[in-house]
Amino acid sequence: MERIYLDNNATTLVDPLVQEAMAPFHTQFYGNPNSLHSFGTEIHPFLRLAVDRLYHGINASDNDTIIINGCATEGNNTVIKSVYFREILKGSKKHMITSQAEHPAVEETMAFMESLGVEVTYLPVTSEGIVSPADLEEAIRPDTALVSIMWANNETGLINPVEEISRICHEKGVLFHTDAVQAIGKVPVDVQKNPVDFLSFSAHKFHGPKGVGGLYLRKGITLSPLLHGGEQMAGLRAGTLNTAGIVGMGLAMELAVNNLEYEQTEVRRLRDKLEDTILQIPDCQVIGARELRTPNTILASFRGVEGESFLWDLNQLGIAASTGSACSSESLEANATFQAIGIDSDLAHTGVRFSLSRYTTEEEIEFVASSIRKVVDRLRSISSTRNKEYI
Amino acid sequence: MAKGDLIGGSLWSQYSGKVSDRMNHPAYMGEISPEEAEARGARLVVADHGADSCGDAVRLYWMVENDTNIILDARFKSFGCGTAIASSDAMAEMCIGKTVDEAVKITNIDVESFLRDDPGTPAVPPQKMHCSVMAYDVIKKAAALYNNVDVDAYEQEDMVCECARVTLGTIKEVIRINNLTTVEEITNFTKAGAFCKSCIRPGGHEVRKYYLEDILRDTRAEMERDKLREAAHAKDFKSMNLIQKHKAVEQVFEASIRPMLAADGGSCEVVDMKERDGGTLVYITYGGSCALCASSLTGTLSGIQHTLREELDPDIDVLPV
Repeated sequence: MERIYLDNNATTLVDPLVQEAMAPFHTQFYGNPNSLHSFGTEIHPFLRLAVDRLYHGINASDNDTIIINGCATEGNNTVIKSVYFREILKGSKKHMITSQAEHPAVEETMAFMESLGVEVTYLPVTSEGIVSPADLEEAIRPDTALVSIMWANNETGLINPVEEISRICHEKGVLFHTDAVQAIGKVPVDVQKNPVDFLSFSAHKFHGPKGVGGLYLRKGITLSPLLHGGEQMAGLRAGTLNTAGIVGMGLAMELAVNNLEYEQTEVRRLRDKLEDTILQIPDCQVIGARELRTPNTILASFRGVEGESFLWDLNQLGIAASTGSACSSESLEANATFQAIGIDSDLAHTGVRFSLSRYTTEEEIEFVASSIRKVVDRLRSISSTRNKEYI
Repeated sequence: MAKGDLIGGSLWSQYSGKVSDRMNHPAYMGEISPEEAEARGARLVVADHGADSCGDAVRLYWMVENDTNIILDARFKSFGCGTAIASSDAMAEMCIGKTVDEAVKITNIDVESFLRDDPGTPAVPPQKMHCSVMAYDVIKKAAALYNNVDVDAYEQEDMVCECARVTLGTIKEVIRINNLTTVEEITNFTKAGAFCKSCIRPGGHEVRKYYLEDILRDTRAEMERDKLREAAHAKDFKSMNLIQKHKAVEQVFEASIRPMLAADGGSCEVVDMKERDGGTLVYITYGGSCALCASSLTGTLSGIQHTLREELDPDIDVLPV
């Protein structure tokens, strides 16, 4: 049986065109671009093209900087730790702001900041599941060094009001960073329209390779590197360039932007179709309004069905989905976004995420829709909380 | 940390075949009605444990024969992960044919062993061990209902780690006997904290009454105080010179008196000592909240004097300056 992959917020299939474009940089053009000889220099045009594609992809100006690095986690760490060094350790500020619904790449880094004495405000999300600009405005203090709020949430797909947040931060003179790892390729990401100061992304979330990402810096903004060493990336991120990865990410970005329209229409249509069938099942809900979400994501909750069991049964049927909640890891806390949104605590361990991509087909969605019904029926028949007639 | 920790293990690939089979086809999943029980001359017991909001909830049905107390049949319902469902299924099977008093002796460790494919390989990965604890807890609830007693009757004294079933007494003992200084060592000696890790420090899957980090810190502190106390007793106080006496008095202050005062925000210093008529005078000053406290000239003072007399020499007098 063909397996079905609906876990595209975790990672994606590398586009075959991207794969093809990368291959020569492992075998033929394997030189180090920092070398003086032809093996190194012959790679430069390909890297320049890739960089052009990245700039174009997020509408960056040539005066801005996009540091190519390992992943968005690295970008997030670089920004938060750099701002700590420059503004807090060497400066006079001592406060940072983030939200309660961030990815661990920001959440854990902020927790580390707290361990160093930084005061961190974790903004709650509203009942809509997003950060309120008014809350942010209130939280900003004269000694606030950084605001870090994700563009779109990995679990719910909910999109934060980045444009308004950027504006507020600019007015207040506070640096603003956004983790856009779940936004690129799903919604337009335009750094002119949304004047963020820092923005991080990972290639593997938009059909590029793993292990390469980017960190955007607005014109005039600099940082202290996380990795010191050679002169790569203007000294802001040392380490031999991942040439194949950079070439692949550049093309993947171009394809993602070209496919945005498809994402907004066709992927959205399939997502909505799946969501409609899910919502026909009694006692289930989908988190967040559709128009506030990335077009590929559903976080659904089925009363009486524990999330990991759900994934287990789906996996038996060859379907890959995901859960942020319940028994799936050593830290067994309930889904943070659920709690922040104020979902009934009985549902805290029932979240299952389906995330589509431009490779998802109509047939797959139909099979998944019917499978979900079967799985819910079976697990509810086992569940202790569905029938209480003898109690 | 080492090689094995670098690439996270696949959770599901560490389930035994028996766990997978029971998750896919739980044989004892279902209910028992009062009529069914009655038809076999038995009493129905229905016990619940856990809640959806905790991520695990299990209900156990027992059909218990009236005269013999033998569990004729058992069924379960479970909201939970694969391990929770599989261990509920195994637990229900293990109950059948046992008397209630025998069944209550089934622990989560028995259930986990029962689910192993081969005796040397765990049936579930460590972080899943706590899911099988549910199966054990619900049996105790069922037995308590059947015998009409409080479920506490089956609780063991001060269980610190439910997964490995290690008590507070055991943990304190291994720390003392083996002079353990890290939580990792406690885990190596007792397996406490090796599974779901909730009992190591607050913030894990479950809120616990005791945490290994606290137990270790407190036990180490107790050991430190014992050591000081022993040192103070090493030599007969009366035969010491004044410098040795001062040292011994300081040790008692450190081990017993200052912790007691600090609990109320107070402190105390020895400022002078004199020998007189075969006895010893100890002059002290108070700090913190003691300085303002009326009891510092009455109850607290006599407490300090009493402690020094008990620990060192009945002929010690304590005088506040």
